[in-house]
Amino acid sequence: MKVIIVGCGKVGSSLAEELSNENHELTIIDTDQARLHRTTDSIDAMGIVGDGVDYTILLDAGIQEADLLIAVTGSDEKNLLCCVVARKAGHCQTIARIRNPIYNEEQEFLRREFGIAMLINPSSKAADEIFSIFKYPFAERVDSFVNGDVALFHFTLNEDCVLVGKMIMDSSRIIKSNALVCTVQRDEEVFIPNGHFVLNANDTVSVVVHRTEATEFFTEIGMMKNPVKDVIIAGGGDTAFYLAQLLLREKNYKTYVKLIESDKDRCEELAEKLPNATIIYGDATDRNLLSEEGLETAGGFASLTGFDEENILLSLHAKKVSGAKTVTGVSRSSFNSLISEMKIGSVVYPGQVTSQHILRFARAYNSGMDSEVENLYKLADKKAEALEFKIKTDGSFLGVPIMELKFKKNTLIACIYRDRKVIIPSGQDYLKTGDSVLVVIAGYTVSSIEEIFI
Amino acid sequence: MNYLMILYILGSVLKFEAVFLLLPAVVGFIYGESSGLYFLGAAILSLVCGMILGHKKPEEMMLYTREGFVSVALSWIIMSVFGALPMCLCGDIPFYVDALFETISGFTTTGASICTNVEILTHATQFWRSFTHWIGGMGVFVFIMAILPMMGGSTMNLMKAESPGPSVSKLVPHVKDTAKILYGMYIILTVAEIGTLIMFGMPLFDSLITTFGTVGTGGFGIKCDSIAPYSPALQIIVTIFMILSGINYSAYFLVMTRKFKEVFEIEEVRWYLGVILGSSLIIAVNIHHIYGAWGNSLRHSFFQVASIITTTGYATADFDQWPMLSKTILVLLMFMGACAGSTGGGIKVSRLIILSRSVKKELSLIIHPREIKKIRMDGHVIEHEVLRNTNVFLVIYFMILFISVLLISVDDFSFTTNFTAVVSAINNIGPGLDMVGPTGSFAEFGAFSKFVLMFDMLAGRLELFPVMVMLMPATWRGRESK
Repeated sequence: MKVIIVGCGKVGSSLAEELSNENHELTIIDTDQARLHRTTDSIDAMGIVGDGVDYTILLDAGIQEADLLIAVTGSDEKNLLCCVVARKAGHCQTIARIRNPIYNEEQEFLRREFGIAMLINPSSKAADEIFSIFKYPFAERVDSFVNGDVALFHFTLNEDCVLVGKMIMDSSRIIKSNALVCTVQRDEEVFIPNGHFVLNANDTVSVVVHRTEATEFFTEIGMMKNPVKDVIIAGGGDTAFYLAQLLLREKNYKTYVKLIESDKDRCEELAEKLPNATIIYGDATDRNLLSEEGLETAGGFASLTGFDEENILLSLHAKKVSGAKTVTGVSRSSFNSLISEMKIGSVVYPGQVTSQHILRFARAYNSGMDSEVENLYKLADKKAEALEFKIKTDGSFLGVPIMELKFKKNTLIACIYRDRKVIIPSGQDYLKTGDSVLVVIAGYTVSSIEEIFI
Repeated sequence: MNYLMILYILGSVLKFEAVFLLLPAVVGFIYGESSGLYFLGAAILSLVCGMILGHKKPEEMMLYTREGFVSVALSWIIMSVFGALPMCLCGDIPFYVDALFETISGFTTTGASICTNVEILTHATQFWRSFTHWIGGMGVFVFIMAILPMMGGSTMNLMKAESPGPSVSKLVPHVKDTAKILYGMYIILTVAEIGTLIMFGMPLFDSLITTFGTVGTGGFGIKCDSIAPYSPALQIIVTIFMILSGINYSAYFLVMTRKFKEVFEIEEVRWYLGVILGSSLIIAVNIHHIYGAWGNSLRHSFFQVASIITTTGYATADFDQWPMLSKTILVLLMFMGACAGSTGGGIKVSRLIILSRSVKKELSLIIHPREIKKIRMDGHVIEHEVLRNTNVFLVIYFMILFISVLLISVDDFSFTTNFTAVVSAINNIGPGLDMVGPTGSFAEFGAFSKFVLMFDMLAGRLELFPVMVMLMPATWRGRESK
């Protein structure tokens, strides 16, 4: 696939890296030549110095043959205009990043009228992710598949968990709800377990469960925690705003939101927009202020100030003084392996969230061209992948019980979606044309479902 | 330094050389020469060494700029070391230093020979000498990249070190595809020339040799008088292909993508063709009294100018006997060289354009001290980095040139001989004037001088920086691989 990326900042360059690993033909446009060269020196892509809204620059970049244009410059307007110009100049699909909440609310209109395939707001996507962490506090991360019906929950086993110390096949007899362990991460290693695998405490696992059965499953394994009902948000940026909005909008249970922001004007603005939230004007790094606002008894704590270091410190502090579920917003992802070793709970990288969304779109779009992958998530520090396939064609593997099929090493069929029903497969289940299948693999990559069999 | 990765790369280079060495072995067998066996032996040796060096894929595959530069420089040296073996062992070139000189001269597309009589060499050696031009012309790594899958960042750092010209630009996003397109065009040019030469009556073997020398801008021939013994028609064909080989390959890419108008808008190509035309006409007038007929003097002047400016080094006439004006023009053209992004050597036309414009800018700055001005080429602003790089290039270039002239003067030949020998080596041309003129050879130089000239040839072909980086102690310090 021929992809043009306009803007070579954090999101732009991480997208470029991921897409070039998948062997797409990349052209990157940026006005800053030094920044551009830093990227094109380490990635096999063509760099063009110039402005992405410039028609001639787009022509130079080969807009007429391009399949996808991703506009991720710092300016919303430029991104939108760039997509419009690209649409008129070529036949490509376009993705624009927007930051301004006003555009966020007009998404539908903008998409329709400008012909943009996808508008993405990093703050809002990050807020979505944090929200699902508070909603499912037992999980560190939740990935959705097949229209959101099936979820992949990532969590670390504690010692009281029923699953610990047992072989997976034995546990599955005790547990009634339909669930399947997909990956196990132990220290640096990643396993795709079979029935004989024994789970230990402190293993990080990902489990595929139907969304409606999630509560039941986690109760059964003894790791259930109720959704967080009062949340303190440190920092009042866009992500904090979207998060507060989502939390307050939840209908099933009432959530109390406290938002601490150090800028007076911003506080006024937030108070105007979020009538049901408690807006505190003060410095979130003030320990006394946090205690005064009840950090010790809070159910959730999100550190979303503009500084990564501050956020990490705040979460460390919150973990120490309270039992709150903590989420830390980190914008630079280069030290993620170090951060993941710290005991600060969940970490959300807005840049990565954005690029993952765009990548998923790109992969799904590409699937219409030469691969069948509909959806792709990287699991366990990118060491494993969960892929969603739509079975469109015939194959010798169809109709054969799964236990009789020969799979490559480290392969697992995690879920089958047939006629709006979710099947967490056992050995007797089989695949059929029209199914959506969720496959988890490690150690290799595929572009069609046939490739998972020997 | 990521030594493991550098060794791994050297290993794969040797494996490729093993394949290349099989070709002269085949030629040897066709002509029933025993030298073919030596080439086969060298191929096997190089394969074995390649296997040993490349048997383990290093875990850390990343190559940073300096490692890319060092890998390229070392690869060219190791290739020459192995490539020289069969020529020496089979007895065609009895001394190893001479064989090494000949091979480096081949790979760097210089075409400077230590053979006083090339006609007595075996066919296998003759073929190999010229075939090294063809390999070295477009570059070994460009070839390897077109075939081997490599990691993203590393490949760019290898290409940066090997491609001629002040800045590297890709034709298409992927390095691999760019390399394929380059070699595709190179092969088309090669086949076209072989076909045309055969059509006009040149024997197959001669046309292969001549073509390798032309498209690689090398200059090794199999006749003592270079191209002179062939018919005027063949000489004109070679002239045309020499000129074509000196053009920037991105111009051919534009032709391929049917952007014909833009081809003639490339300033470098226009200057290049203009210089060829202008100097050929002046020389033609200057040498008219020697050849009598305009046809002859034009043919000779065009041939010699094309041969020198593209740094090929073929000759149809002994230009050492020409009047001073013509000789001086030819020596000056030696410095100029061909277009960036072609197979030719020299300073490159585009660098000279950039330099002359920066001189103009500096002068204008004296007249209007507060003026802000950008240097442009083809309508694009030349980045400051490129400008600085070009200036430094020129300084290193002349430093190497002067020091080399000083060093080889120990052999006590005339100044013209020494000076033009170095100029011709560093610009990858081949012949110079006086003793190293078109009819002479480099045989008389002592071993020390030969090493100096070998260094010049390598430095010139790799555009100075990789070789200089290799000599910097700082390159070898720090970033130890685990």
